[in-house]
Amino acid sequence: MAPRTAVPTGGAPARAAGRPWRDAWASLVLAAGGIPIVFPFLWMLATALKTPQEIFEPHFWPHTPTLANVREVLLATQFPRWFGNSLGIALGTTASVAFFDSLVGYTLAKLRFPGREVIFGIILSTLMIPTEMLVIPWYVMSARLGWIDTYWGIMFPGLMSAFGVFLMRQFMAGVPDELLDAGRIDGVSEFGLFARIAVPLVRPALAALCIFTFLGNWNAFLWPLIVIQTPAMRTLPVGIALFSGEAGSSWHLIMAASSLAVLPVLAVFVLLQRHIIEGIVLTGLRT
Amino acid sequence: MAPARARPAALSLSARRALWAYTFLALPMAFYVAVRLAPAASALVISLHQWNILSPEKPWVGLANFRELRADPLFWKAAGNTLRYAAAGIPAQIGGGLGIALLLQRVRRLRDLLRALYFVPFVTPIVAASWVWQWMYSPQFGPLTRIFDALGLPAPAFLRTPGQALYAITAMVVWEFLGFQVVIFLAGLEAIPRVYYEAAAVDGAGGMGLFRHITVPLLNPTLVFSVVYGTIVYLQLFTQVLNMTFGDPGGPLGSTETVVLYVYQQGFQRFRMGQAAAATVVLFGAILAITLVQLRSLSRPVEY
Amino acid sequence: MRRTVGIGWLVLAIGVALGGTPAAPAQPGITLTYWQYYFESKVKTMDALIKQFETGHPGIRVVQETFPYDSYNQKVASAVPAGQGPDVVNLFYGWLPLYVGSGYLQPLPADAFPPAQIERESVPMIKAAKFHGRYWALPTAVRTLALFHNKDLFRKAGIARPPLTWDEFVADAQRLTERDARGRITVEGFGIAPSGQDHQLIREVLFRQWGAAPYSSDGRKVTYDTAAAAEALGWYTDLVTKQKVAVIDFFPGGNGYRDAFVAGKAAMIVDGSFAIGSIQNSAKFDWGVAPLPRRTAGGTPSNFGSFWVNGLTVKAKGARRDAAAAFLKFLTSPDTERLWLRQVGEIPASKALAADPKLVQDPVYGPFIASLPYAHATFFVDESAQRTVLLDAINEVVLNHKDPKAALDGAAAREQKILDDFWAKQATR
Repeated sequence: MAPRTAVPTGGAPARAAGRPWRDAWASLVLAAGGIPIVFPFLWMLATALKTPQEIFEPHFWPHTPTLANVREVLLATQFPRWFGNSLGIALGTTASVAFFDSLVGYTLAKLRFPGREVIFGIILSTLMIPTEMLVIPWYVMSARLGWIDTYWGIMFPGLMSAFGVFLMRQFMAGVPDELLDAGRIDGVSEFGLFARIAVPLVRPALAALCIFTFLGNWNAFLWPLIVIQTPAMRTLPVGIALFSGEAGSSWHLIMAASSLAVLPVLAVFVLLQRHIIEGIVLTGLRT
Repeated sequence: MAPARARPAALSLSARRALWAYTFLALPMAFYVAVRLAPAASALVISLHQWNILSPEKPWVGLANFRELRADPLFWKAAGNTLRYAAAGIPAQIGGGLGIALLLQRVRRLRDLLRALYFVPFVTPIVAASWVWQWMYSPQFGPLTRIFDALGLPAPAFLRTPGQALYAITAMVVWEFLGFQVVIFLAGLEAIPRVYYEAAAVDGAGGMGLFRHITVPLLNPTLVFSVVYGTIVYLQLFTQVLNMTFGDPGGPLGSTETVVLYVYQQGFQRFRMGQAAAATVVLFGAILAITLVQLRSLSRPVEY
Repeated sequence: MRRTVGIGWLVLAIGVALGGTPAAPAQPGITLTYWQYYFESKVKTMDALIKQFETGHPGIRVVQETFPYDSYNQKVASAVPAGQGPDVVNLFYGWLPLYVGSGYLQPLPADAFPPAQIERESVPMIKAAKFHGRYWALPTAVRTLALFHNKDLFRKAGIARPPLTWDEFVADAQRLTERDARGRITVEGFGIAPSGQDHQLIREVLFRQWGAAPYSSDGRKVTYDTAAAAEALGWYTDLVTKQKVAVIDFFPGGNGYRDAFVAGKAAMIVDGSFAIGSIQNSAKFDWGVAPLPRRTAGGTPSNFGSFWVNGLTVKAKGARRDAAAAFLKFLTSPDTERLWLRQVGEIPASKALAADPKLVQDPVYGPFIASLPYAHATFFVDESAQRTVLLDAINEVVLNHKDPKAALDGAAAREQKILDDFWAKQATR
């Protein structure tokens, strides 16, 4: 017989109790608060649709909306290439971070071994050095290993993140030990405990980590700027920086390119957010 | 010699588990040492040298960089400002994020839309967001000025006023990170087994009681994470400040200068890497100390 | 499940292996790397120039690499400690002392670039590229400042011509300034920009016209801590505080003053010749360029000159150095300067070319060219720090109502310390 353990989580009491007027009140508050929150974003989108002359007019919505900026960004620049580069780099780093950070987070939270606190402290302390101080040593390292102007060179500093380790450790701590012990008795390997019991339980946090890591790499500027040499390797933020120069910034193009860069990310978020929210997880334990 | 197969059995259970732990950690630790710690250690070494980044010579100067740091009023200003950013921003971000997350949990209709709404700032590229925020703060054209006008209040100059500029930028940073914080709290709230609420409700606990006795304690790991990580982020504030004050980085009279902006200016604009490294070391020490205190005083074991 | 961990290792190992593959196959002959910041017309012109150079110099290949303008200095600096970077590098002249002082640039070979000839044939501001008695880099083109003005707004205000003196300038600015019902400025008479070109204007134009040389002739002493200079600074800050014809950060962004001008919201701005192209492209009204006003009609003219230079880095040694020097010679030749003017729109560094009557009489280029003989290029030893000192002085007066003389004395002391520190380090070398 295979006993199945169900761990329903995400217990907001109101949801079960169901008081409609309270829900409506919450929606209202959130919608009202959301207007100033999205306003700057909408401003960016509106500016992207304005002519270069109109962007400095005080009105919010363009009187003569135009796709000329979008067209110029897409056709007259290497935007598609930047987009592809950023996408590959962000996906690659996200996959690596999701795997390694949850593994390390799990190990630090759920396995007992000498040096556990020290190792956590060391990893956490790496968050406390600003990137600005790290880029020179990274560049020297990349030069020695021939990584300059390669995808690997852009990616390698982001393959693991102390942020993710910290986040996953905090969430892994909430995985009940009894479940893991039950798994051990059932002969599940140590890696299996992590992959088949712990990870499904922290899926919301893992989804959040994926979103943050993707975004962090999608928007990363400083290190890519330093390590990239040729136009073909440029990522989105480095490419968008080309719209600013000594003779001024082409705000209509910056806004159009930024909007084009954001919309797919937002779409991915809308898709992934269900995983953050739907915390009801069924964990099957087999004998 | 004993047969190879017998060896694992000879190890105690805890030793085997430790061995697994080290196996899992081996590659990541190699990564952290090579990519994060070694470069960080080099910053410590550089802080004891005078180094113009373009120059092959790095004469040893002992603690001279730190002495110069101590004598530089801009560094002290940056340090004070950085603490102000953290003191104003972290409570706003965590309080706001928790409030929004709790409200979002209640909502049934338009959930996806509302959640996306609050996440939008976090995905908006900082260059674009800074420009829009500068318009919003414009004393001549900004919508905020209109609001003050409508209320019959004198409109502030926001970014042009040394006393206000820092908080104006803090507001933008909080705006940006609110969505991040909401997602973290949503994940944390979703991880709380519902059975505890049901049990407590059976015991007759009300809304506030549930929040205090169930939500807050069981959210502790998430709260600890938010406070500690928020502190680390706010104490390293840089990009937002630079973009909001591009013409005169650090704002009028250094009123929005941060420590990392100081590091950037010393290291990459003035090429004084020794000085930049010294400021980094001081910042690192401060963050480490604050973080340790926070972890000690905030962390509670999760008890179900 | 050990396998999965193993796969992780493998992925990393493959990455290392892939990353480790050398990017470019070995080329016979010499391949030079050239770095400049990204600006479309500059990049394209340089590509054409490189093709031309390679045809004339078989065996030498030049690879151009470009980076975003705002982060260019940082990008160059980061490459240096790793021994990477270009053989020929494009730098702002104001950064030269930092780059030279640290030994990253090598002096131009005196036989190919005789200093006497350079000074005879180039506009005077080029001396700012001389350091320790030698030339370290040379420009293709140079820039000066002038007064851009919106002729439509001038007509509307009933003003017939751009101002000739700073008194006229203030009077015009007052008539040009438009305000709303609350008294808030909606159109600036003057698009003030302390962090734009104005700090240069104050140093090299206002101070000098008010009778205060900003620095000693060897550039090592700050000499603007005088009553005359304080009066000049006070005149400038009065535009904001007393005349109320200008608002600092009227438009946001690093170049907000120019955006405001292009949007028709600033009637006059002081800007460099490098802004011509972008103003030509975006301003949809009748605009003009006039020489900078003077203290009195017929009084001393002055201007600020600046330029981007090409220099040889220490990476270019032996045969590479000869190839790099040949490329630099090509970049500073009259033919290149002519092409650069046509394609990029920048004023030639050569006196003879800049004196071309067609150019001098051009309504847009003319005022910039006319000021070449009296354009001073400030000798910066630490450009960003020196810039901040003056910006702080302006803000002290405007925001903290400090007396201009006191603000300037403080600035002079701070800037003197920056100069002293720099020269002290040079002496120990």
